[in-house]
Amino acid sequence: MAAILRFRKLCFLEPVKSFEKPKNDEKQSFEQHPEIERVLEKPKSKKTKKQPKEWRCLDSCCWLIGYLCTSWWLLLFLCNFLPGLRVPEAPGVRLKRDGLTALHPVVLVPGIVTGGLELWEGRPCSEGLFRKRLWGGSFTEIFKRPLCWLEHLSLDNETGLDPPGIRVRAVPGLVAADYFAPGYFVWAVLIENLAKIGYEQKNMYMAAYDWRLSFQNTEIRDQALSRLKSKIELMYVTNGYKKVVVVPHSMGVIYFLHFLKWVEAPPPVGGGGGPDWCAKHIKAIMNIGPAFLGVPKTVANILSAEGRDVAFVRAIAPGLLDSETFGFQTLQHIMRVCRTWDSVVSLLPRGGETIWGDLNRSPEVENICYTSKARYLQSSSKESNGNDTDARRSFHVKELPRYGRIVSFGKEKSELPSSQLSIIDSKEFVREEGASRNSNTSCGEILSEYDEMSRKSIKKVAENDAYTARTALDLLRFVAPKMMKRAEAHFSHGIADDLDDPKYAHYKYWSNPLETKLPDAPDMEIYCSYGVGIPTERSYVYKLSSSDKCKSIPLQIDSSAYGSDNGCLKGGVHFVDGDESVPVVSAGFMCAKGWRGKTRFNPSGISTYVREYQHKAPASILEGRGMESGAHVDIMGNVALIEDVLRVAAGATGAELGGDRIYSDIMKMSERINIRL
Amino acid sequence: MSILRRRKGTENKKTEPEYEEFNDENKKSNGSSRRLRRRRWSCMDGCCWFVGCICSIWWFFLFLYNAMPASFPQYVTEAITGPLPDPPGVKLAKEGLRAKHPVVFVPGIVTGGLELWEGHQCAEGLFRKRLWGGTFGELYKRPLCWVEHMSLDNETGLDPSGIRIRPVSGLVAADYFAPGYFVWAVLIANLARIGYEEKNMYMAAYDWRISFQNTEVRDQTLSRIKSNIELMVASSGGKKVVIIPHSMGVLYLLHFMKWVEAPGPMGGGGGSDWCAKHLKAVMNIGGPFLGVPKAVSGLFSAEAKDIAAARSMAPSFLESEMFNFQTLQHVMRMTRTWDSTMSMIPKGGDTIWGGLDWSPEEGHECNEKKPKNNTTQTAESDRTRKSDNATRVKYGRIISFGKLVADLHSSEIERIDFRDALKGKSHANSTCRDVWTEYHDMGIGGVTAVADYKVYTAGSVLDLLHFVAPKLMKRGSAHFSYGIADDLDDKKYEHYKYWSNPLETKLPNAPGMEIFSMYGVGIPTERAYVYKLSTAGDCYIPFQIDTSAEGGSKSPCLKGGVFHIDGDETVPILSAGYMCVKGWRGKTRFNPSGIRTFVREYNHAPPANLLEGRGTQSGAHVDIMGNFALIEDIIRVAAGAAGEDLGGDKVYSGIFKWSERIKLKL
Repeated sequence: MAAILRFRKLCFLEPVKSFEKPKNDEKQSFEQHPEIERVLEKPKSKKTKKQPKEWRCLDSCCWLIGYLCTSWWLLLFLCNFLPGLRVPEAPGVRLKRDGLTALHPVVLVPGIVTGGLELWEGRPCSEGLFRKRLWGGSFTEIFKRPLCWLEHLSLDNETGLDPPGIRVRAVPGLVAADYFAPGYFVWAVLIENLAKIGYEQKNMYMAAYDWRLSFQNTEIRDQALSRLKSKIELMYVTNGYKKVVVVPHSMGVIYFLHFLKWVEAPPPVGGGGGPDWCAKHIKAIMNIGPAFLGVPKTVANILSAEGRDVAFVRAIAPGLLDSETFGFQTLQHIMRVCRTWDSVVSLLPRGGETIWGDLNRSPEVENICYTSKARYLQSSSKESNGNDTDARRSFHVKELPRYGRIVSFGKEKSELPSSQLSIIDSKEFVREEGASRNSNTSCGEILSEYDEMSRKSIKKVAENDAYTARTALDLLRFVAPKMMKRAEAHFSHGIADDLDDPKYAHYKYWSNPLETKLPDAPDMEIYCSYGVGIPTERSYVYKLSSSDKCKSIPLQIDSSAYGSDNGCLKGGVHFVDGDESVPVVSAGFMCAKGWRGKTRFNPSGISTYVREYQHKAPASILEGRGMESGAHVDIMGNVALIEDVLRVAAGATGAELGGDRIYSDIMKMSERINIRL
Repeated sequence: MSILRRRKGTENKKTEPEYEEFNDENKKSNGSSRRLRRRRWSCMDGCCWFVGCICSIWWFFLFLYNAMPASFPQYVTEAITGPLPDPPGVKLAKEGLRAKHPVVFVPGIVTGGLELWEGHQCAEGLFRKRLWGGTFGELYKRPLCWVEHMSLDNETGLDPSGIRIRPVSGLVAADYFAPGYFVWAVLIANLARIGYEEKNMYMAAYDWRISFQNTEVRDQTLSRIKSNIELMVASSGGKKVVIIPHSMGVLYLLHFMKWVEAPGPMGGGGGSDWCAKHLKAVMNIGGPFLGVPKAVSGLFSAEAKDIAAARSMAPSFLESEMFNFQTLQHVMRMTRTWDSTMSMIPKGGDTIWGGLDWSPEEGHECNEKKPKNNTTQTAESDRTRKSDNATRVKYGRIISFGKLVADLHSSEIERIDFRDALKGKSHANSTCRDVWTEYHDMGIGGVTAVADYKVYTAGSVLDLLHFVAPKLMKRGSAHFSYGIADDLDDKKYEHYKYWSNPLETKLPNAPGMEIFSMYGVGIPTERAYVYKLSTAGDCYIPFQIDTSAEGGSKSPCLKGGVFHIDGDETVPILSAGYMCVKGWRGKTRFNPSGIRTFVREYNHAPPANLLEGRGTQSGAHVDIMGNFALIEDIIRVAAGAAGEDLGGDKVYSGIFKWSERIKLKL
């Protein structure tokens, strides 16, 4: 609409001029502006021939708009009244015909970002937004009052809770995360299919929580965990003592891990449900796109507030994001806001070098880098052997990418053998306060902690050529000390040596699958369902940012770094197989190995199943986001996944679904990870 | 889109002159080229031009509206009417009040949203869309489909097969009924000012179409409310909850309080001290404790004052088959499947509502519509003053056939009992089969028999309804009861059908609890009806309100066939106030533990000007939820105040006197 308006305005200008000037009839003005005169001459001469010209432009604009509107309405009308386009049958309808009906209550746990947030109390600038969505929905407020919006979404830098005078809360109920934005479904398709076999509000619950907070803080501030517990207990009782099926997505997976430990722990820290609560109330946990062991993307996000997409934009239009055109440094502001969100830290890679590989080796060493061509072939040839050999061939040509180096400075450094790298012990990093840099006074408000750092210490950071999953944490502690200090009181990223150590009773370990035991519930089932077949960010090539201005982020992804033809390295990012956000290792390892059988992480031998869904891009634009997508969020519309969820909710066990279903190398990768089980 | 179209209609006049002006100019300046122009500007082009013009203007305004700072309307209002008072939430927050007790809202009938979970073919694409509440867009698009989905099963009072309509959950269920028409939103916003949010505020939304016990049977709504209250009490550190039911929610809560104490499986198994442990106060807003006369006319002929008025203005409109759609019959068929409407039939019979020749409100004088400012001051004296020249209205006769009958003394009326009359067989059945109301099972004999009985009191109205709608009443009487208990300890009163009747249950044993009855006064409210036989053919409802019956100056209470009394437009004062004024006051048999009761009346003052919207001092049934005085009371109680702190009773009407006249064993 805005574009049309602007177009109209352009059209307006000319007739207005031609309107006024002849009336004035003052030669002076013509002489002063000869260009105008010349412009005016032409229409004038035409005008004398034909009817009054001053109407034409305005008229034709109006006509055009009217024409567009009318045809738009006509189409809309037709669209509404024509019988709907033949859509393939929803899995829910098919399964209902097979006789499936609602049996176990279902709990949905949304992930980070997808849940809506609404305003309950705000500063004067947010007048009129009471109980309106700030996050999710149409995001109109970003455009109307961006700074106000950012201020309200930030949390307190010290406590990680609400800033004084601002209360932003999670939207409750199914509406919290059914659609993220209008037309962009998250849970809606799954909900609709569940409803087809008889689910409704009484046996379906969306455990919405404020995804910005650390998990324990959702309980402290909102009693979100207590509420979840009470809802599960209520549904268990009112649905004839049927255990619930929990379906967490993305970060919801580790949120629910936290819940499992919380509910068993004694009050006041825990929920006081006792050690058999889970065995009594939970039938299965169907993790979708689980980020069990973290996501490398998070490192880049905290380090420089960019992912692949942002780096790409920056490469195309270098000035745009850094410019001060809008008097508004987008990235810096985003960074500042993100760094107040504790939950981001929960997604940092866990398990250090044991899981994610060290300077030389990584579990994904044989990973196939899909070029776009290969991907196309794959979708057309339907997992035929051809693609496998094709990819294998491409693997033989290339040298091994060293995925273990999550952050490396410079493309060569990411490829050199470790002996040639200069590795500095992180203890040598000395944080010099930013006196040597542009003084704070000239920069005004401090946006990120980078402003407090001197240029020299940043250079020092870059002198260490490569960081692994373990040292990357040190790096983050160095560049973002406040955030890490705050958040590490709530999250831990290590591997436990002795799980019986009483220190692991602390809540900061609860969301880390490598530092907790699963509950004592031998009948429970855990599924790891995730998409494969999409290049997923795994490690980054960084460079020092060239601009030395204040308030700019000194590090950025080196988007000029491209690998040789096979394309594992693209735009400064190394890719592996995954679902676009979560690499296969993170999503599948726990189910494929860490918890498989009776291990020390899974003492009661809960059965685990790995269910992978091969990504297939939508065949045509009519399909929207695809029925067979494997992408992190789009997978929620994947027919095969929905069918699995429905079957389990209707009472099936993992064995009845067909046990594991694997397309990737997750089993081989897991073999390579040496962890004591 | 529809807004755009409507806009087109209204904008018509504004832009037409422009258009003509431009034509005129054409004529003047270039007569020669007129033909050329006309050819180029064909009708189609003109239309497009017109649409484009309107769209552009519309967008321009939309743009201005969006660019306008949010505080602009308030600024304008303040400029015109002078500074507005602070909303109560802001005022009390300044006083230092903070959120203390969790709050539970119980919405009433009609105001709660309903959404579709499973439907027939015709409801394609409406999954989880609101069928009730919101914009009601579907009502226009596919009316028959809509009616079909909103109806319940005629036999069971539950879902018809293949259709699942469920209440919307959460605060959104009843914050706004339609866009811009608030119900709970103002109260919620004010509570939020002193620190309430989702975690200590809960909307107990339920499906208001089905009977109270069925909400538990089908949706486990009562269990859910119980569990939520327990959770809120636990997570707020043992603070008891304040419950705020509105309208029918009042009865629903009564039912809940009995249910929660009763042992399973019929009850919630909370034990006899559950209410004492969990409830601090019940603040009933506009509660129809003893029913509403409106419910009778609704069930009897699917009309109330508003519909009767529409009918008298355009007699054929509602009955016409213009749209091949018999509106009233369809509405009647739909509402008659809703059990909940029967919860509001007047309770307590003649004892409460008056007999043929007496009524508790006797001597009430309906004040004519005087200048509104005066009414607020003089209303009290007017209301109590007995006037000799006006005939006393016999409110006890809830339905009378013919105006004359309504005024006659009972000894002068000839009545023929209808109860044994043969209903006869309707011969018209075959022609109007598709519309189902039980009137079609009734022949002319039955209809005249009903009319011959002439006058019905609250007691005999029940028999009447049993006579004209036997199936409906059979279903309803399994869930609701309308009598007065002789012996409350009788075992039969353990059945759930008595739970929502305050005259057949005891209040819970919770001496620390408080019950408030808050309602508006000062608006004429329907109390009794004058009926006539409908003249239309067989397919129609045979009875209708006689809108020609006007009381004139002799008895101004009768207007358009309806006798009015003081109330909040829906609930007469008697129904809203009696229990708190007398039935439960002190230790009575209905209130064995002596729960304290308070009556808080709010005198209606219409909004001073259009800008105020629905007013901040309204006393109307729904608009009272935006009444600042009421909101202040609620916030104070939620922040910890007791009834005495509010100032105890606050009474404008003659409720105390009226209550005295009711002879009820307490």
